[in-house]
Amino acid sequence: MSNKKKTFFKSEIMDSFLSSFTAIIIGLLFGFIILLLSNPNQAFAGFKTILMGGFSGGAKGIGDTLYFATPIILTGLSVGFAFKTGLFNIGAPGQFVVGSFFAVYVGILFPALGLVHWIVALIAGTIGGALWGLLPGILKAYKNVNEVIASIMMNYIGIYLVNMLVRDNAMIFDTLRNQSKFPHKSAIIPKMGLNLLFPGSSVNGGFFIAILAVIVIYFILNKTTFGYELKAVGHNKDASRYAGINEKKSIVLSMVISGALAGLGGALLLLAGAGKHLEVVDILPAEGFNGVPVALLGMSHPIGVFLSALFIAHLGRGGFYLQRLNFVPEIITIITSSIVYFSAFALIMKNYVQKIRKKFQKNNEGENANDDISENKAIENIEEVE
Amino acid sequence: MSIVFFLFQQTMFFSIPLLIVALGGMYSERSGVVNIALEGIMVIGAFFGIFFINIMQSGNILSGNLLFFITILVVALIGGIYSMLHAYASINMNADQVISGTALNMFAPAFAIYTARMIQGVQQVQFKNQFRIASVPFLGDIPVIGQLLFTNTYISTYIGFVILLVSIFVLYKTRFGLRLRACGEHPGAADSVGINVYKMRYIGVFISGALAGVGGLVFVIPTSTNFNADVAGYGFLALAVLIFGQWQPLKILGASLFFGISKTVAATYAIVPVLTNLGIPDYIYKMVPYIATLILLSFTSKKSSAPKAAGQAYDKGAR
Repeated sequence: MSNKKKTFFKSEIMDSFLSSFTAIIIGLLFGFIILLLSNPNQAFAGFKTILMGGFSGGAKGIGDTLYFATPIILTGLSVGFAFKTGLFNIGAPGQFVVGSFFAVYVGILFPALGLVHWIVALIAGTIGGALWGLLPGILKAYKNVNEVIASIMMNYIGIYLVNMLVRDNAMIFDTLRNQSKFPHKSAIIPKMGLNLLFPGSSVNGGFFIAILAVIVIYFILNKTTFGYELKAVGHNKDASRYAGINEKKSIVLSMVISGALAGLGGALLLLAGAGKHLEVVDILPAEGFNGVPVALLGMSHPIGVFLSALFIAHLGRGGFYLQRLNFVPEIITIITSSIVYFSAFALIMKNYVQKIRKKFQKNNEGENANDDISENKAIENIEEVE
Repeated sequence: MSIVFFLFQQTMFFSIPLLIVALGGMYSERSGVVNIALEGIMVIGAFFGIFFINIMQSGNILSGNLLFFITILVVALIGGIYSMLHAYASINMNADQVISGTALNMFAPAFAIYTARMIQGVQQVQFKNQFRIASVPFLGDIPVIGQLLFTNTYISTYIGFVILLVSIFVLYKTRFGLRLRACGEHPGAADSVGINVYKMRYIGVFISGALAGVGGLVFVIPTSTNFNADVAGYGFLALAVLIFGQWQPLKILGASLFFGISKTVAATYAIVPVLTNLGIPDYIYKMVPYIATLILLSFTSKKSSAPKAAGQAYDKGAR
């Protein structure tokens, strides 16, 4: 029984992976066609550059891939976590920017914290994001306000509020460059040896923290009762309430955790010591919105999100080096969006592949065919909940 | 008094695009398909529209409001076609409508920037704004109303109101409208009386794409002389207006006017004597419409009038 369960479990993940993989191939092909149409001579070289990604820049390029992946790992986790619990957190940009503000605020104004300065600043960023996710969560749970709209509103309130707080605070605001000042040196995240592995790049300990977040979220979602309850509420609010789960509390906590992750992402970006500042412009951070395709490609699974963030950052670096060949780097977003589009088809493709696989296995099992079908259905149902 | 007229005219420039796009979203969601790709469709519509105008003006082929009108038709068609990508994924492929919408939103600005730079070298597409109507011949001279509605305006304002009136009529007074609404509330019931739910949803999404495209164009023309691959989040704002307006045309008009007025005040409070004396920081004005929306939504969302089957793929076998 457990053997069969293992093989079916493997095939479930395999099907998800295959469908994502197919979407990626189609998306890349589509991008290649566009390259051919724009500049046929350079198309092959351009495509190769995109595929090579950060490797085109050697160790520095690889390090930069990790650096650019770090914030979107967090926003991908944020959006993916919310998806898993039945919510669409499009408020990640707002939570990201509020988190980065809290981090920069602590980073500039509390140098006395010394050795723990950067840790406290990161925690502050996480709290900032959590606070920003709290309100849409409460409004959704208790007032049935659509979390998409509430989050969009919070995005704008967030960017305007942060811009105002930065601009009107002389200690934080750099008038000449219209952005926040450098955080204190003790608030910058330590390199943790990554600068030796990848000299010249901006990568830092934030990458390890992102990995830690992936592990923590994986643990919460799959190994705790709390995570199970959140997922149950995501599947069916009423059934969960019938089973005794406080669905209102679950919704609020989901948005809070989701916001916290995005806020941490913002903090990691601003405290990386790579020259990123809070610019006082009415533009929402792209890293926030990019959490959505990262989460979708990673099927909202923490490990999937991690890999998909690395992949998207890898492609992004490819786009950067593509400029040497006089291509417009936006081709990368065109490719990424095509991949996301085709990944939506992939879900139907996954069901199709599963049906074929089951038929194939049923034929192979001969006499015990009938037992297997009902067992398969029962096992499949158990895995569906996961 | 002239300030009141000026504010009203400016409000139209902000409200009409919101109105048009939100009405488009209404058609789609009323038929059962959630369309969050409105932002992307606006960008595509604005890009193709402004590019078309650019070419027509440079070649001296067309100009003036005739060009504007023709561009609106062109852009409606293009927006509708672009939205067919979303329709196919959501209706035929039973894809998650959020995923498909997000993909289209990401694709549009990237495509606009890429194509603009490939064709003309720079990202911004310029155009000459020859479309402002200083005063409509007879109507502009009417004492109060003339100054409010018929001076310093664009044909897009009137087209927006026409779309509104047509939508009210179509949605509530025609068989098509009834069937469309049925598909969004209970597609199974609609199917059982012979309505082709798939075709209805395709039409709903096409209309939403057409209107979103027009909305994108209408957003750029009065407020700028170039297009820079961005519509400032208006597509998402239109979604908010749609939900705020409880999926009903007249309430959507109210919501768009509310937003339009707030945005106008935020942009122009410096010239309104009463407001400058209050000394409120500019960012507070910018935040007001969003905060007000949140507050109002928290009171009105208990009994949401959302189409019951919106966002769910229709499965004939489940009937």
